[in-house]
Amino acid sequence: MATTDVLGARIKRREDPRFITGGGNYLDDIKLPGMTHAVVLRSPYAHARIRSIDTSAARTMPGVLAVYAGQDLAGVNALPCAWAAGGVQNNLNTPRVLAIDTVRWTGDGVAMVVAETREQAVDAAEAISVDYEPLPAVVDAEKATAPGAPQLHENAPNNVCMHWTVGDAEGTARAIESAEIVVRQRIVNQRLIPNPMETRGAIGRWDPGTDEYTIWMTSQAPHVMRLLIAAFVLGVPEHKIRCISPDVGGGFGSKIFLYADMVLTAWASKQLGGRPVKFVETRRENYLATTHGRDHITDLEVAGTKDGTITALRVRTKANLGAYLSTIAPGIPTTLYGRLLSGVYAIPNIYCEVDGIYTNTAMVDAYRGAGRPEATYVVERAVDLFAREAGLDPAEVRRRNFIPPDAFPYQPAVLIGQAGYGLPYDSGNYRPALERALEMAGYTNLAAAKAEARARGKYLGAGISSYIEICGVAPSKWIGLPGEGWGAGLWESANIRMHLTGKVVVTTGSQNHGQGHETTMAQIVAAELGVPFEDVLVEHSDTQGTPFGYGTYGSRSAAVGGVAAQKAALKIKEKARRLAAHMLEASPDDVVFEAGRFYVKGSPDKVKTVQEVALAASVGYDLPEGMEPFLDETAYYDPPNCTFPFGTHVAIVEVDEETGAVDLVRYVGVDDVGRKINPMIVDGQLHGGIVQGVGQALWEGAVYGDDGQLLSGSMLDYALPRASWLPTFELDETVTPSPVNPLGVKGAGEAGTIGSAAAVVNAVVDALSPFGIRHLDMPLSAPKVWRAIHASEVQS
Amino acid sequence: MTEAITLVVNGVHHELEVEPRRMLVQVIREDLDLTGTHIGCDTSQCGACTVLVDGQAVKSCTMLAVQADGSSITTIEGMANDGQLHPLQVGFWEKHGLQCGFCTPGMIMAAADLLARNPDPTDQEIRHAIEGNVCRCTGYQNIVAAIREAASLMAAGGTSAGAAG
Repeated sequence: MATTDVLGARIKRREDPRFITGGGNYLDDIKLPGMTHAVVLRSPYAHARIRSIDTSAARTMPGVLAVYAGQDLAGVNALPCAWAAGGVQNNLNTPRVLAIDTVRWTGDGVAMVVAETREQAVDAAEAISVDYEPLPAVVDAEKATAPGAPQLHENAPNNVCMHWTVGDAEGTARAIESAEIVVRQRIVNQRLIPNPMETRGAIGRWDPGTDEYTIWMTSQAPHVMRLLIAAFVLGVPEHKIRCISPDVGGGFGSKIFLYADMVLTAWASKQLGGRPVKFVETRRENYLATTHGRDHITDLEVAGTKDGTITALRVRTKANLGAYLSTIAPGIPTTLYGRLLSGVYAIPNIYCEVDGIYTNTAMVDAYRGAGRPEATYVVERAVDLFAREAGLDPAEVRRRNFIPPDAFPYQPAVLIGQAGYGLPYDSGNYRPALERALEMAGYTNLAAAKAEARARGKYLGAGISSYIEICGVAPSKWIGLPGEGWGAGLWESANIRMHLTGKVVVTTGSQNHGQGHETTMAQIVAAELGVPFEDVLVEHSDTQGTPFGYGTYGSRSAAVGGVAAQKAALKIKEKARRLAAHMLEASPDDVVFEAGRFYVKGSPDKVKTVQEVALAASVGYDLPEGMEPFLDETAYYDPPNCTFPFGTHVAIVEVDEETGAVDLVRYVGVDDVGRKINPMIVDGQLHGGIVQGVGQALWEGAVYGDDGQLLSGSMLDYALPRASWLPTFELDETVTPSPVNPLGVKGAGEAGTIGSAAAVVNAVVDALSPFGIRHLDMPLSAPKVWRAIHASEVQS
Repeated sequence: MTEAITLVVNGVHHELEVEPRRMLVQVIREDLDLTGTHIGCDTSQCGACTVLVDGQAVKSCTMLAVQADGSSITTIEGMANDGQLHPLQVGFWEKHGLQCGFCTPGMIMAAADLLARNPDPTDQEIRHAIEGNVCRCTGYQNIVAAIREAASLMAAGGTSAGAAG
């Protein structure tokens, strides 16, 4: 393949040969000499005081090396919250690595056993006796704020963690009062369990010779983990900790955060004189104790004119944050939610208030899309509710309210941040994606399709979702402490070394857990340097040997990390140009670069290849005055803006009146993610994303009993999408490059999830409109739909 | 207390002493160091641990190692032959049938069982056959395409992998 064609090509993935042959190296595959195995004993109560813990029997069990309770780790700090958004200050509560006096959710860790084998540790954990005094629990964000509700934290009266607002309260109130049409609806965005196929875990090893720690972890952000553990938890200097993410089996947000086991295993290894300590969650533990997503109760009001112009949107949301704040929890229902409530529409008045609530449940933090699916669900349900009230076609209402293509860059008022300035939508042209999706879905023949389905005893519906996403989450000065409250930056970095033989090693601060960075980063660098794709190796996910990076989440690894790699390549090229000029005995200004070759303008026959230049730089015996040997450059990239991909998805469903079962019969998506580095990988991201949103719409939901027991506590009880439940997706694209970064990329990791839940729900509600049903909350399970049909007063 | 068992794994004969409570997947991963077979859940739902036991797809987290005594087992490590990828491995690579890779070995083994029974499955038959295997990354679409690709490669008798790019 010509090196110039490598960017944008459907290149097969680099990482696949090891995965398809069983050669992947996931955390639980790691075996170290002297390895020990840890098991955490978890609270069976959602809320209880710990009267005492008796570990004496467990300590004498076969193979047991140590048993630790919370008091043993009193000198280890609680885990930090790194994104104190939404005014969380005085009532910030984060978990300890093991609870000391009180447990606040079912799954809260109370003790840890370390033994020679995992089975021995499990047996010993069962022999620990904990005397609990159960306390009343509350799991629902609304009930938690009611008078008399159980209180979780003394510093958070009524369990309110934060109150955050955005937009124009007065203007929005006036617009709603004076509107021709106002629709009000309560909608629930249910709690989800992320479910990466690999559960989480950590291996800690302390080296007695150097007093250094190595922590292997299933993390999307190993550099950040090192920083947090060093600076906030263990008090160990940062350079004495090395964090490594080996192959990571999916994350979807749940592996961004700092978890107790990362600290526990490292700490325990030191207590045990340096023997490595491995902890791997069971799936049940993953459900109980790894973060969940979503869990919003929202009251929305949408207002406008009879001709279909939306004039105001008011949103009041109670966001359930769980028993404590996870690492970035406050930022999800604030910055990443409220600031996106304009969607793809020019809505002149928007106001949103969010209350973050503590409850006796697992912590809620980012899950694929993280705030943006919740925002899109609100906006896209609101548009459909409004269209129905106005008696207009939902497609027409969307057309009428789209931000027009000549309005970009477009600055929604709600995206003007705490720092006092805004991030405008970078580029967009929303209507072509809508029209193409409608065309593909056969939207103009909908009435005929409905009639045909009715003849078969089915109710057919079509649902549209025109979404927008915030990708490439940065810029540091916008999101940082004085702005949105994020306690650090959000730039990315890359280093490139070009070796004597012309082979290239890229190290990136981004983290690959399924996204294909080893392939796409190599494509970017190969294209820029004009070297063969095969000659570029990408290394990542080890704090030793890769430059600092904030990690992979928020669809930011192409738009931030990828651009950092490109910038590093540009630096390599610039130094190589100066050396090539020296070699060609020309002025650097006269030397041009084309497809891996340098030559003097007008003399394309006399060339130095970039590999020849790398050799000269490496041997170093004939360099221009003052030039350092070797081609080795590092770049840091902090973008000036986020990127804003968009698209329209259309779902076609059929509902069986007899059973209430919903069949997703067709799914059309037209996505605009800017320029694509590898379209094959983008398609894969879209497919997977769509299914996670469809899963939320139709099947998934975390359910707690009122006593705080997780009723959907295993894969038997939590309905993950299966292959046979899904149609073949029909995808197309529009391409509006981003002007924010030189690659023109926007991001694609979360688009599918952001767009799809609303499309499916809108479709089901459309199908059920003959019954007078205006709204149903997700998941739209057969019993729920059946009951709604049978409760309806309208008989079709 | 342990029991003596005999397993032939990927053509290699093993005499093993195992605790009766240990699952086949633990013996494969821990005793034989074949870590390509993964554990994704604890309720036999996800299929990441799928292997072939006497040619039939089995969730190895649900079978005690002692139950497998005397049987012949194929894991993902046994699929390629003399460095030549199995058509299913080729299909998954060609069609981008994997992202994080964690479900992939189990998915390939389940598909191997399907193609042995039904060499020319429809998309619906493929989707039905992998119902016991959960993938959270791909949305299954490219897995279906990968298995279809493998079926046509096998029908054509070709197994060549081709190079990247």
